[in-house]
Amino acid sequence: MQLTASRWSALRERIFGLLSALDPPLLAITFVLLSLATLVMASATADFSFRFDAHLVNLAVALGVMLVVAQIPPLRLMQLALPFYVVGVVLLIGVELFGETSKGAQRWLNIGFTRIQPSEMLKISVPLMLAWYFHRHEAQLRLRDFLVALVILLIPVGLIFHQPDLGTAILVLAAGVFVIFFAGLSWKLIIPVLAIGVVGIATLAVEGDAMCAEGVEWPGFKAYQRQRVCTLLDPTSDPRGSGFHIIQSSIAIGSGGVFGKGWKEGTQTHLEFVPERHTDFIFAVMAEEFGLLGAVVLLLIYMAMIGRGLMIAARSPLLFGRLLAGAISLSCFTYAFVNMGMVTGVLPVVGVPLPFVSYGGTALVTLCIGLGLLMSIEAHRRRRRER
Amino acid sequence: MTDLNSPELQLVRFRRRVYFAGALVLVCFALLFSRFFWLQVVRHDYYATRAEDNRIALLPVTPNRGLIIDRKGEVLARNYSAYTLEIQPSRVADLETTIDELAQLVNIEARDRKRFRKLMDESRNFDSLPIRTRLTDEEVARFIAQRYRFPGVEVRARLFRQYPNTELASHVLGYMGRINRRDAERIEEAGVADNYRGTDHIGKSGLELSYESDLHGVTGFEQVEVTAAGRAVRVLSRTPPQNGNNLRLTLDAGLQRVVEQAFGERRGALVAIEPSSGGVLALVSKPTFDPNLFVDGIDSANWEALNTSADHPLLNRAIYSAYPPGSTFKPFMALGALTAGKRTPQFAIADPGHFDFGGHRFRDDKVGGHGSVDMHKSIVVSCNTYYYRLAADWGIDGIAGFMAQMGLGSRTGIDIEGEATGVLPSPEWKKKRFKKPEQQKWYAGETISVGIGQGYNAYTMLQLAHAVSILAADGVVYKPHLVKQVENVRTGAVREIEPQPTRRVNLKPEHIAVIKQAMEDVNKAGTGARAFAGAPYVAAGKTGTAQAFSLRGAQYRGGKLAEKLRDHALFIAYAPADDPKIALAVIVENAGFGAQSAAPIARQVFDYYLLGNTPAGPAPEDADATDSE
Repeated sequence: MQLTASRWSALRERIFGLLSALDPPLLAITFVLLSLATLVMASATADFSFRFDAHLVNLAVALGVMLVVAQIPPLRLMQLALPFYVVGVVLLIGVELFGETSKGAQRWLNIGFTRIQPSEMLKISVPLMLAWYFHRHEAQLRLRDFLVALVILLIPVGLIFHQPDLGTAILVLAAGVFVIFFAGLSWKLIIPVLAIGVVGIATLAVEGDAMCAEGVEWPGFKAYQRQRVCTLLDPTSDPRGSGFHIIQSSIAIGSGGVFGKGWKEGTQTHLEFVPERHTDFIFAVMAEEFGLLGAVVLLLIYMAMIGRGLMIAARSPLLFGRLLAGAISLSCFTYAFVNMGMVTGVLPVVGVPLPFVSYGGTALVTLCIGLGLLMSIEAHRRRRRER
Repeated sequence: MTDLNSPELQLVRFRRRVYFAGALVLVCFALLFSRFFWLQVVRHDYYATRAEDNRIALLPVTPNRGLIIDRKGEVLARNYSAYTLEIQPSRVADLETTIDELAQLVNIEARDRKRFRKLMDESRNFDSLPIRTRLTDEEVARFIAQRYRFPGVEVRARLFRQYPNTELASHVLGYMGRINRRDAERIEEAGVADNYRGTDHIGKSGLELSYESDLHGVTGFEQVEVTAAGRAVRVLSRTPPQNGNNLRLTLDAGLQRVVEQAFGERRGALVAIEPSSGGVLALVSKPTFDPNLFVDGIDSANWEALNTSADHPLLNRAIYSAYPPGSTFKPFMALGALTAGKRTPQFAIADPGHFDFGGHRFRDDKVGGHGSVDMHKSIVVSCNTYYYRLAADWGIDGIAGFMAQMGLGSRTGIDIEGEATGVLPSPEWKKKRFKKPEQQKWYAGETISVGIGQGYNAYTMLQLAHAVSILAADGVVYKPHLVKQVENVRTGAVREIEPQPTRRVNLKPEHIAVIKQAMEDVNKAGTGARAFAGAPYVAAGKTGTAQAFSLRGAQYRGGKLAEKLRDHALFIAYAPADDPKIALAVIVENAGFGAQSAAPIARQVFDYYLLGNTPAGPAPEDADATDSE
């Protein structure tokens, strides 16, 4: 009996130890977000409930992964950064050479027993690698280091862009850029790039008609990528094709009004007008059924999550932790912003899921790894203070 | 350098960047919020309307077309439901490939393809057009399993018109066809376009055409919720269609059948009318055609055959072809002469076998003449000389005036389309008809030919039967009609087409009696006697022969002329003589004498209608019939 009791207490100690690595505020925010997501998912998958069951399994797996990752101390993570990065790039080259093509893009690699999508892994390993690289050269960061970082970043981004997978390429690029930004890239370099971006978007908005005229080709872009941008500028130009997505999701969101049509009452959703309604366009479902109110709640939840992540970054004693936490937080922001932007018709349709809400096991696991990393960084700070 | 990279300073600079990042997040989320606000608050009404438009579709529910039933309840036109495979050309990128692929699932023959192409030429381009009709259950199942491969192709259950008696009364019933551009324009002009949403067939001729608005019914509407793919999910509201009205005809299908059979392979027309109402009992034009061929779009081979046939089966001879009445004109001449006071029944001529007028000799059929001929005898033996003289004495204006009262030379107003006017010759008519002054002049000699029903005289069998009916009814004129009742299927309300006498020809009973007696004697002792030998009822009649080709006085040898140039055989009759139940006019084209081939048909008609005797086969030709008409 006594033995059992001590065993019990040991086990409790053990579990408590595991859970102590978790950050309560971040965990709470995540639970609120995932509950809301599950509610929306139940509606979006009403006509094919097996997807909903799969979604629940994905949730359990992803939360388990988060719990495990949170246990890994940052120092161990730094050791893993280089191997992970190298393996990731090798796999990408493998995709380039032997990959399987699906829907016009070469993204999958068959490794015998299953197919994997290496580009997903790079979303984590690129910021990990860059954070580790800057951390190693912490004492004397020079321009040369930024150039090396750029090369580290552009190799996987280039490979992913070439698959082609514009959405993932943008997300990996963004994650890397955020690390470089937090590492202290000179404002003199940041401001011109921002300026070019703003000018570019403005040009597109003004000269869009001419640039989207029949037969005009954009150097460096595939036809479907050009099409996405052009459709965004004028969805009615292709109401049956790609414009259909934007028009129908705008109708879904707009018809939701302030309070929404009610859970499972969205006509656009349930009459199959909203395309990809349980994956990339799930925000349209949410905004149709819960209205502006629901959309604002979602924005606030994301802001809380990003804010908590940035707070963890700002408090981390390690440069590695700061850079990684900052990049992960802003990556989460990028996911959310790009997805909601495309679904509401202000950004081109690139395949970016709504973080923690869209259906898809891989993306959910990746995001939860990110959360696990944030928690690991925060736990490391707490333990250091306790010591 | 070390100063710049001191941990404290680094941390400060890092936090500054975190604040910047936070600000960026806030700005971007504010942008998103403004976008949400724009869509969900400012433009909410617009998008809400768009969503409703997406959601709700107004689908027409087509009414069942009314049935056509004969006077005894036999169904002549009905509907049946069948599966059709339909293609919406506007939604199909490569039509040929699609049809080729469909041909692997269902049997599509070359004629189906041809018909489909013809339909495409004639149709509104957003229509859904059948590539195959009457699919078997197996074909339906095969297609449904592969349906996802064929956007824009669908299997539909549709109601089709069916004429169970195939060729019976085809010229009366008419036929249905797909709505073509011309029909669509007509529908648009009539302001009934809404009622034709969802309908793709329309009456093209006969009763199907003239009673289209009754037969069609009122289209209902269903408000349905549809998916993006156009699949109806549930019905929100429904305005049921009102099925088309049934037509009950005055026509007797049994009689019609007897007549069509009686003609055999011969060409011609017969119209039988009930004198007490004007109801048409039979209206036959031979040869007939099968209106079922038109129902799902006639294929080009059949269309070609119907149109190029020398027998012109699509032509409704009974109401559209005008023939010289020949000697069947004589009773009306006699009646007119009595009424106008130009002859008395007793007035007799000595017939030498010819009549000389203006240096021209008009011959009688009987060489040497009929001797002394009064009015009664002139009809019974069909003496031409009597009528040559009468015409000369009476004059064309008098003749034309009386015949107009008998309804000859004008449309009767029967309730199907396509009636011809015919020709009632008169100086006025000639002036209108011809352009050159020398052609416009009326010659007195022309009046003489008119007197025996030749010359410019040309009337439809309907007009002739109508005139006989007026005589049988002692001068009361009823408008001929085919439809007796229009029945509303839903309410059971019946709209009667009342037999209303439209007018009365001013005739004296004693005059009528003379003519009627003479016509009875035609069938007892005259030209119709052989055909009516042994009949248990008394039938009045008059035979006639109409020249299809002018012989200019030469002797007529029927057998030696090419068939198409031979004379037409006519017969007019009514029975029973004392209380006429049926009046008719019949023509057999290029058949020679009326007594020979037309009168036996009339005999079969009366035997059936009055006695219920169904004949075993086509009416016999009486080869020994006298040529004296």
